[in-house]
Amino acid sequence: MGKMKVILNGLIKENPTFVLLLGMCPTLGTTTSAINGMGMGLATMCVLILSNMAISAIARFIPDKVRIPCYIVVIATFVTIVQLLMQAFLPSLYETLGLFIPLIVVNCIVLGRAEAYANKHSVMDSACDGIGIGLGFTFALTILGLVREILGSGSVFGMKFISGDGMLAFILAPGAFIVLGYLIVIFKRLTSKIKM
Amino acid sequence: MALESTVKNMFMSLTVICLVCSALLGGAYAITKDKIDQAGVDKQNEAIARVVPEFDNVPSEEMFEVELEGKKYTVYPASLSGETVGYAINASATGFSGPVVIMVGITADGRIFNTVPVSHAETPGLGAKISEEGNAFVAQFEGLDPSATVLKVRKDGGDIDAITASTITSRAYTAAVETAWLVFNKIKEM
Amino acid sequence: MEFLIIIISAVFVNNILLAQFLGVCPFLGVSNKVSTAVGMSGAVCFVMTLATLVTYLLQVYVLVPLGLEFLQTISFILVIAALVQMVEIILKKISPSLYSALGIFLPLITTNCTVLGIALLVVTKEFAFGGGDPAMLNLGESVFYAFASALGYSVAMILFAGIREQLELATVPKSFKGIPVALLTAGILAMAFMGFAGLV
Repeated sequence: MGKMKVILNGLIKENPTFVLLLGMCPTLGTTTSAINGMGMGLATMCVLILSNMAISAIARFIPDKVRIPCYIVVIATFVTIVQLLMQAFLPSLYETLGLFIPLIVVNCIVLGRAEAYANKHSVMDSACDGIGIGLGFTFALTILGLVREILGSGSVFGMKFISGDGMLAFILAPGAFIVLGYLIVIFKRLTSKIKM
Repeated sequence: MALESTVKNMFMSLTVICLVCSALLGGAYAITKDKIDQAGVDKQNEAIARVVPEFDNVPSEEMFEVELEGKKYTVYPASLSGETVGYAINASATGFSGPVVIMVGITADGRIFNTVPVSHAETPGLGAKISEEGNAFVAQFEGLDPSATVLKVRKDGGDIDAITASTITSRAYTAAVETAWLVFNKIKEM
Repeated sequence: MEFLIIIISAVFVNNILLAQFLGVCPFLGVSNKVSTAVGMSGAVCFVMTLATLVTYLLQVYVLVPLGLEFLQTISFILVIAALVQMVEIILKKISPSLYSALGIFLPLITTNCTVLGIALLVVTKEFAFGGGDPAMLNLGESVFYAFASALGYSVAMILFAGIREQLELATVPKSFKGIPVALLTAGILAMAFMGFAGLV
């Protein structure tokens, strides 16, 4: 399978948020604005690429029965490294995303890709898969954040286009559920039209 | 493919992975530690610089603690050519979703110079407005004389205009300012 | 009195599921039937309380004295994974009936972010209930807060499962079937819970 195809697969056909419905917690929790959604997506993508590569490299040496604990240790290591780097270089974004950064450890996307893809494929392929799925996740979070930001605070990537407030409900918890619900429907309709 | 799942193999692989990972983390921590500490200090200094008049000392090096009703508050004195021009006081109160921590600057003659939110977890679009640049709520504290104002939101019979639909956050912010004022009075007594 | 405030705050005002978005995956996954939702809730309550107790002790007596806070995430997740395994084994031995009720949900809990989320929250964040000064929670409060949060999770989950059972019978547009309509329902439920805002 071509590298491009692996990446596209993650972006559209197996989009982690809209199709596989994985990693819902950060998807809903961090998308109060497009920037926040994108930041969270990129942080997850970093962890995903690194852990995919590491796991595909070491999978041969890990006995079957302890593979899950081993994967978790590897993932937790990369999550902590990303966390430390963000704390050092992007402190304000780190503060906004808060708890959801360490929680990448239990994001089912990361462990899921390790188990379903990385441990059976080469390091390069796994990296591409990480990029594809990571981009798909980032794309979904950015769109979700963008829609919520436009409706909720009347701004795009932090730039206001109306004075005053938007519809606050979209920034708050209910809006997250409702916007995601509609986006999944739209995504389904669109992809069913363009047969892959 | 994978190694056989014998007890020895399982034990070995887990141990090796844990050791390698801990080593990696230790390294990453050692590299980023200074930078993280620096980021924290920078943030603190930036907040101090915004809430007190012009100064030429290093307030974070002269910080001291004041005890008020059993709780310790950190105070950063600012001075210009040896004379104290104001105090930056770190205070907090409970907002809508957790503590609202702010830095309050009070000039030596007892007026609020400025206040800035340091950290909070208030709702975006509502309480989080306290962090927006130039918002009217925070601006109203500028130049206020606390001895001549009631530091409470109007709803509670005070002189402070709350943010619409965010009374709890406004209340917390105002309460923290009041705490800082009490701390300032304590400093004056000392 | 303070414990009552913690309960109300964790169950209604800051519900971990509907207000803080922790544990949404299993929430959508197992909330088809009320009976499975009850089983999952029971398992979450049990593991979360226990996990917070252990991780709190780990944090206070091991990580902080040794200056190893950066190992927090990794050690907490390992402790939780090991704990879940142990609970599974012990439960199988001493109470087969409870095991058959909760058993299949236990392995799912390791990846339920509520458990790790609350464990991390209580050791990193300052809390203030009932308008007091913000402070770190002590051991008793932490464990109780974890239990109350799990209770809030259960309330939301069981309510939601009840609604979804009814929803099965309704006709919804084809593209909305399954998850989308469940998400919309969750949105409305979250809106209802927002009515409790400002209660504490």
